[in-house]
Amino acid sequence: MSKLAKSIRDAIREVGLKSGMTVSFHHHMRNGDRVLVSVLNEIAALGIRDLTLNASSLFDTHAPILDHIRSGVIGRIMTNYMSGAVGRAISRGIMDAPVEFRTHGGRPADMERGTTPVDVAFVAAPTADERGNCTGKLGKSACGSLGYAFADAKYARKVVVITDNLVPYPLETVSISEDLVDLVVEVDEIGDPRGIVSGTTKITRDPVGLVMAQQAARVIEASGLLRDGFSFQTGAGGASLAAARFLKEIMLKKEIQGSFGLGGITSYMVEMLRAGCFERLLDVQCFDLDAVESIRQDPRHQEISAMQYASPLEATAAVNRLDVVILGATEIDTDFNVNVHTDSSGSIMGGSGGHSDTAHGAKLSMIIAPMFRARLPIVTDRVNCISTPGEDIDVLVTQGGIAVNPRRAELRDRLLDAGLPVIDIHALKEKTERITGKPEPLCKGDRVVAEVVSRDGDILDRIYSISDGD
Amino acid sequence: MRRSMLFLPGNNPNMLINAACLGADAVIFDLEDAVAPAEKDAARILVRNALRSMDFEGTETVVRINSVDTPYWQEDLRQVLPERPNVILLPKASTPSDVLLVDAFLSDMERELGVEEGTFLLMPLIETALGVENAYLIASSAPRICALFLGAEDLTADLCCTRTKEGREIEYARARLVVAARAAGKDVYDTPFTDVSDDEGIVTDANLARALGFTGKASISPRHVDAINAAFSPTEREIRYALEVLEAINRAKSEGKGAVSLHGKMIDAPIVARAERTLAAAESLGLIGRKV
Amino acid sequence: MNVRTLASAGTLESSDAYVEVLPSDGGVTVEVESIVKRQFGAAIEASVREVAAALDVASCEIRIHDRGALDCVIRARVETAIRRAGGDE
Repeated sequence: MSKLAKSIRDAIREVGLKSGMTVSFHHHMRNGDRVLVSVLNEIAALGIRDLTLNASSLFDTHAPILDHIRSGVIGRIMTNYMSGAVGRAISRGIMDAPVEFRTHGGRPADMERGTTPVDVAFVAAPTADERGNCTGKLGKSACGSLGYAFADAKYARKVVVITDNLVPYPLETVSISEDLVDLVVEVDEIGDPRGIVSGTTKITRDPVGLVMAQQAARVIEASGLLRDGFSFQTGAGGASLAAARFLKEIMLKKEIQGSFGLGGITSYMVEMLRAGCFERLLDVQCFDLDAVESIRQDPRHQEISAMQYASPLEATAAVNRLDVVILGATEIDTDFNVNVHTDSSGSIMGGSGGHSDTAHGAKLSMIIAPMFRARLPIVTDRVNCISTPGEDIDVLVTQGGIAVNPRRAELRDRLLDAGLPVIDIHALKEKTERITGKPEPLCKGDRVVAEVVSRDGDILDRIYSISDGD
Repeated sequence: MRRSMLFLPGNNPNMLINAACLGADAVIFDLEDAVAPAEKDAARILVRNALRSMDFEGTETVVRINSVDTPYWQEDLRQVLPERPNVILLPKASTPSDVLLVDAFLSDMERELGVEEGTFLLMPLIETALGVENAYLIASSAPRICALFLGAEDLTADLCCTRTKEGREIEYARARLVVAARAAGKDVYDTPFTDVSDDEGIVTDANLARALGFTGKASISPRHVDAINAAFSPTEREIRYALEVLEAINRAKSEGKGAVSLHGKMIDAPIVARAERTLAAAESLGLIGRKV
Repeated sequence: MNVRTLASAGTLESSDAYVEVLPSDGGVTVEVESIVKRQFGAAIEASVREVAAALDVASCEIRIHDRGALDCVIRARVETAIRRAGGDE
């Protein structure tokens, strides 16, 4: 029996997708993804309606799904991240059911718990053989790790692999194995390589970003965590990458042999591996071409699943062994709650991703953010949306001072001993408002357009609609 | 303590509003070369407003006005002086009369604003061959002059030579300025290192400037500030030695001894003075009394 | 100060504001376009009017295109534009 289906439409028919069911997608093709939209177009053409879309992330390239929402093909959305083009429409209230936001660890956990069962997982695979073995490391659309797709393949009732590089069995290196796969479809193109991974991720040249990055590296140095066996994760933002570069210099100078670098992996983490800062990279997602090249060739650079990365059901998940994570924020309040879901107008433009998983697990979770962006202070009395609870955030690094969570008095003392400019977060807020003025608070809309589900499955916060014309 | 002085373009709000956060001991709001003639009015109003409303915390503020051969310098001063910048940097200071012209204007403004004579400090920027030759006369021409400042870009153009990274062409000017300023009892600041992306070059250049006797060094990039601060800060070793010197002196005093030696070397008055300067600098930088 | 001609000041770069001043009759009118209008729209208009009043401008139209400029920057750009529009007085 062959697992090959002639087309996406044939595959949809063969797996028996019906109205009201749940379909899932991973986001390793990022903003170059062609699979999610083409599958939904075919589903719509077949007259199937009222689906639940469970996508690990949604990008601007997925904006065509807005038509499928308006026409009733998609009735509910679950995701971990939603960029602005889709987020703005959701924030204006185009869906009846609120979007459910999860974390990168919470999503696979809820699949495992059975709270979010998936009927059909469509797995975009840069290379696959006709039995369904597949990998992200090879092929013209190579994306490196397929970390977020493992849960979909494992827990969905039916699994359809979609590839633009079908090779003879057996595939040389396997991420998702054939026993999890029901059907394989070959298409011309699963993604636009320019959108899948960036050429190189650039560190910031902005002087303020560099000042913050340097302070961040000093905080890590002073924290007491930077010793042999050190483990580290950082986001792909310019200042975070610059912090990683400064940290690398410190590690090399002090001859510190770290254990692992974790997370979404960029060329800067690859450099740290090659320089001897870490023994391993544990990679749930590759952000740039250097990372893809490295995971393909360097056995020390290992692919891990979202469950291994961050699942709250895995006692040994990598985030729980993490010493330091550097994260971003659009807002942080005086209780250290962080918002990464909505922008300054309250419109959805992001999501937790691994933010609250790593913040919860890491011994030191650090936010790097400027005191203000476009005159809007970063520190507020209350964030518009709690993405990560303040109890999991240890320190905020800005160019105007370093605020330590009062729960971490010993960290505060260490930073003071190292001569770092520690400032109370309320004082930092006042200092910033002396520069920017005090902004008028946002008026929330009357409808709930999204719910933020914590990694343990509770509702952490709700996101409200914004009015038209804003 | 003024180790690093960072130039910021006077008409660029993005840089001005972050002036206090860039790590420099002093920032120079530039109304001269960084501002096009058509924007001189906009820049001086912007700098004036920034001086008026921003809190620069411990960072000193310097304003580079336009030179006395332009129609701009008086209006520059009229706008910014009421906001009390710490220092006025006067470009193309070539003769004592250039400086005295501005000195007289500053005195007039001091009377007009009702502040004490000599409040407004002046730093002549020496960037012409004539300026280098007149360096001591310029430095000693008025009490309000706090330091000389070397500008190598314009100077090398005036000398008809090429400006290089190594700086052989400005060896004489550097040495001359240090001697002239010190002879007049003033501080002296070195020209910026202009290759923004050369992280090692700046370290070499800043260390050279310190070795020659400069008080500090200017920079055109925030990236160079740390290297400059490091070069002009007392090292741990220097601090330790200075502490030992003073300890030895005090011990000798209490024991009633006249001559003092440390590690087999006689300690004389200049060594004590240097140790006191080192400790004063270390103290003001917070390098003493904390765990590093 | 009388606003005699059209004049502008500032830029559309982030943290700056581009300000246009035009002659008009019947008081000072202020139009604010800003990426932070929700949070600072009223504060911006108040500052603009204060600057115009301090320069004794009786009548003119002032258009603000704000890219997240701080108050001191907006005030500087407005003052520069008004002085430019007033010519030499």
